[in-house]
Amino acid sequence: MFEDLLYVLGKYDTWLWRGFLLTIELLVISVTLGTLLAIPLAVARVSKKVWIQALPFAFIYVFRGTPLIGQLFMMYYGVGQLIANIDGIQDHWTWTYLRDPYWYCLLTFVLNTAAYVAEIMRGGIQNVPNGELEAARACGMSPSTTYRRIIFPRMWQMIWPAYTNDVIFTLKATSLASTVTMMELTGAARKIVARTALPYEAFISAGVIYLIIVYTLTFGFKGIERYLRRSEKRKEPKSGKPKAASA
Amino acid sequence: MLDLYGRGWQMLEGGLVTVQLCLTVLPFMIVIGLLGASAKLSRYRTLRVIGESYTVLIRGIPELLVILLIYFGGTIAVQSLAELISGEETRVDIPAFWSGVAALALVQGAFASEVFRAAMQSIPIGQIEAATACGMTPMQIFMRIKLPQLWRFALPGLNNLFQVLIKDTALISVVGVEEIMRKAAIGAGTEKAPFTFYLVAMLMFLSFTTVSLLVFNYLEKRAARGVARA
Repeated sequence: MFEDLLYVLGKYDTWLWRGFLLTIELLVISVTLGTLLAIPLAVARVSKKVWIQALPFAFIYVFRGTPLIGQLFMMYYGVGQLIANIDGIQDHWTWTYLRDPYWYCLLTFVLNTAAYVAEIMRGGIQNVPNGELEAARACGMSPSTTYRRIIFPRMWQMIWPAYTNDVIFTLKATSLASTVTMMELTGAARKIVARTALPYEAFISAGVIYLIIVYTLTFGFKGIERYLRRSEKRKEPKSGKPKAASA
Repeated sequence: MLDLYGRGWQMLEGGLVTVQLCLTVLPFMIVIGLLGASAKLSRYRTLRVIGESYTVLIRGIPELLVILLIYFGGTIAVQSLAELISGEETRVDIPAFWSGVAALALVQGAFASEVFRAAMQSIPIGQIEAATACGMTPMQIFMRIKLPQLWRFALPGLNNLFQVLIKDTALISVVGVEEIMRKAAIGAGTEKAPFTFYLVAMLMFLSFTTVSLLVFNYLEKRAARGVARA
């Protein structure tokens, strides 16, 4: 079994490496664009006007209530075929991009991440203490200034742990790209299994790489959390039971 | 349109399999979650380490990878075990349904153990001390004091987990279990109408998650009925 592992790692290391790079690429783009898209969604979602609130509500509800793999198939096969049926599209220069699963994956992951992040941002925005908003208004801040100076900084502080979880969720979600023939980490592992019939070695190697990514991310995000909360006074209890380590 | 090229029944059958998957995983998820939580809160270091590393491992690995590992790896493991016992070459096939159930129970159990751990820690320590003073054994304390209250503290977390579970069953379509997603893929392929079939599949999932949400909200209200509200 150990020789098999060395064999897999030695012969297919470039596949795993490229898979790793693609996974990171999908993750970074999805999280960045998804978060940017989530901000207007969340702001609209907390609006008091029903007609502004309705659209982001429906968007978040649908994307959080359906499986990601379904969303991906819907985009890649469903929307993909609707596009393919347009007359003459296959001779158009955009066709190279329109049939590439990469763009469908990215679009799906960005929308999905946006829905989940918008929902936690909504919670963060609604939990900003009322007194701070009143103080901002008393100082004569306009709504947009209030958002920039008061609400957003506060929101980030509050949602950071949940946001970290969401980034990890998105990382794990990128593994679904393998179902539409993308060769990211899981896709690479599946292809190795198809070649060598060594499921343990290939899948466990990929799993270990995922674990390394997850715990590197967790570590980095913890550091940022400390930075975000730098202005808070720490009140550490002097004695008492040691807190159980939470995962 | 409505009968989906005569495949409407197929989709409903798929829906039934999805419901079966969810309800089969649920008890395993709860048992594994309770065991995991007890291990994490155990006074024995070894058990705590096992409990913690289980969550740490599962949390960092994509569900799809776990499903694939158990589907492909599980067959080999069981097969070599069978060969070891019988001493001759045997062919074993684990049904995809059950390997999917095993994978999901393993994944959801890890998250459930976090939910139950938090719930167990919400039970006032004085009640446990009182029960000990009354001479109850740890098992009696668990059955009489902890379990009935655990339910109330754990419900919001379980609500979330069950939502995730419903959505995760769609992943099992990858190993060929004919639940909603798989049926939709078959329909989409043979009838050349992917948009329609996946749209129906998504609507089915959306209705499942909505029903689950409503049921859990009702249960949460019911479980809190004996508690004074602030």
